Amino acid sequence: MSTLQIDKSIDARGMACPGPLMNLIGAIRQGQVGQVFEVLSSDEGSKTDIPAWVTKAKHELLEVREDAGYAHFIVRKAR
Amino acid sequence: MSNDVLILGGGVGGTIVANLVAKEVGDRARVTLVDATGTHVYQPGFLYVAVGQQHASAIQRAESALLRDGVKLIIDTATFVDTKARKVVLKSGHTLRYDELLFATGSRTVMGEVPGGLAAHDFYTLEGAERLWRTLKDFTGGTIVIGVAGIPYKCPPAPVEFAFLLDDYLRARGIRDKSEIKLLSPLNRAFTIEATSKLVQPILAERGIELTGFFNVESVDPSAKTVTSLEGETFEYDLLVLVPPHRGQKVIERSGLGDERGWVPVDKNTLQHLNFPDVWAIGDTTNIPISKSGSVAHYEATVAAAEILAAVKGEAPPAHVYDGKVMCFLETGKGHATTIRFDYDHPPVSPTPSRLWHWAKVLFNKTYWHTVPQGRLP
Repeated sequence: MSTLQIDKSIDARGMACPGPLMNLIGAIRQGQVGQVFEVLSSDEGSKTDIPAWVTKAKHELLEVREDAGYAHFIVRKAR
Repeated sequence: MSNDVLILGGGVGGTIVANLVAKEVGDRARVTLVDATGTHVYQPGFLYVAVGQQHASAIQRAESALLRDGVKLIIDTATFVDTKARKVVLKSGHTLRYDELLFATGSRTVMGEVPGGLAAHDFYTLEGAERLWRTLKDFTGGTIVIGVAGIPYKCPPAPVEFAFLLDDYLRARGIRDKSEIKLLSPLNRAFTIEATSKLVQPILAERGIELTGFFNVESVDPSAKTVTSLEGETFEYDLLVLVPPHRGQKVIERSGLGDERGWVPVDKNTLQHLNFPDVWAIGDTTNIPISKSGSVAHYEATVAAAEILAAVKGEAPPAHVYDGKVMCFLETGKGHATTIRFDYDHPPVSPTPSRLWHWAKVLFNKTYWHTVPQGRLP
């Protein structure tokens, strides 16, 4: 289990690419600097798309954790 | 006759459902369709209007001419749905009752949500497409930037198609060498669908259309003529064309029947509202994570019509459900096009662009009025 304090969790499991990333972008757009967002995604494409976007947008990828058939991506809005 | 089937929205989806239900229902129900304008608009035509290939009059007809005799058309706007009383309040003050209700109300564009966005052009409404064409006619060269200000939006490949048709247009005018076309995509590829993006990206490069990925439009500065992304990049423009943010209709938000953007939550196979079994939604109106396009509304309409008919007759729901089928065309310029086909279980496939698919699109656009709204194409 992660010990990080999550401000908003987005369950995008079952959504095809690019749904999980777009939901994260939408949440970060609405969110405050410093808030922590979690995305649950079962889409393989998320493993490359989400870290690539977080790097480009200069936010922080705090954790990527594999679970049964999906992954958790934990991101802090940095600016 | 005690049963009332009420359809909100006279676009492609609502018109097909109204016609299919009216054809089969006999005297078991009244079928009523409420549409805000009474004019049926073929939205895929906006792209051609924007580059001067089609006139606005060619892509609209009176909705009454497309409906079977058994459908009552009311030109009005739904303002509130009372699901307990099964009543819909209209802007005129009239109230309609229903036993089965279908939302086929499409989406609305809200460019005002983007700071400075109202200075941008768009081709997502007929007025926007006509205004863009008037500006383009007088364009003498410079930087044209095409961006996306919100996902989901209608017809995911449309910005790519617009870039190709714009390239054709500027070449025909002899001003392509004085112009730059920059396509800014919210994703790290040309548009949502990966396989088709891989197919079109080399063609974009070949035409000199510069693609920048991960550019989610955040704001526009009309005096500096710049557009800035959520990711922190800024581009200068002489002409800015944006895909506006989309939302569901206000009646959905006001009636508490949708999510925070006004999309109606439905079962992705039966298209039935997750909380109200006598309410269905199709097309752009739903929250299903699938393309918002006329093609989806078309395929969903046959399923929703069968579901509503079964409910009217008191029969078990039909076995045939919506399988996520999408089929659309993508213009790649120079008289070529490809197609994109997929469903929930099969990833998208696109053939190599050819003249054949371009002519298939032209044929479909021309024959649309006599086939699709009537439910003649499955």
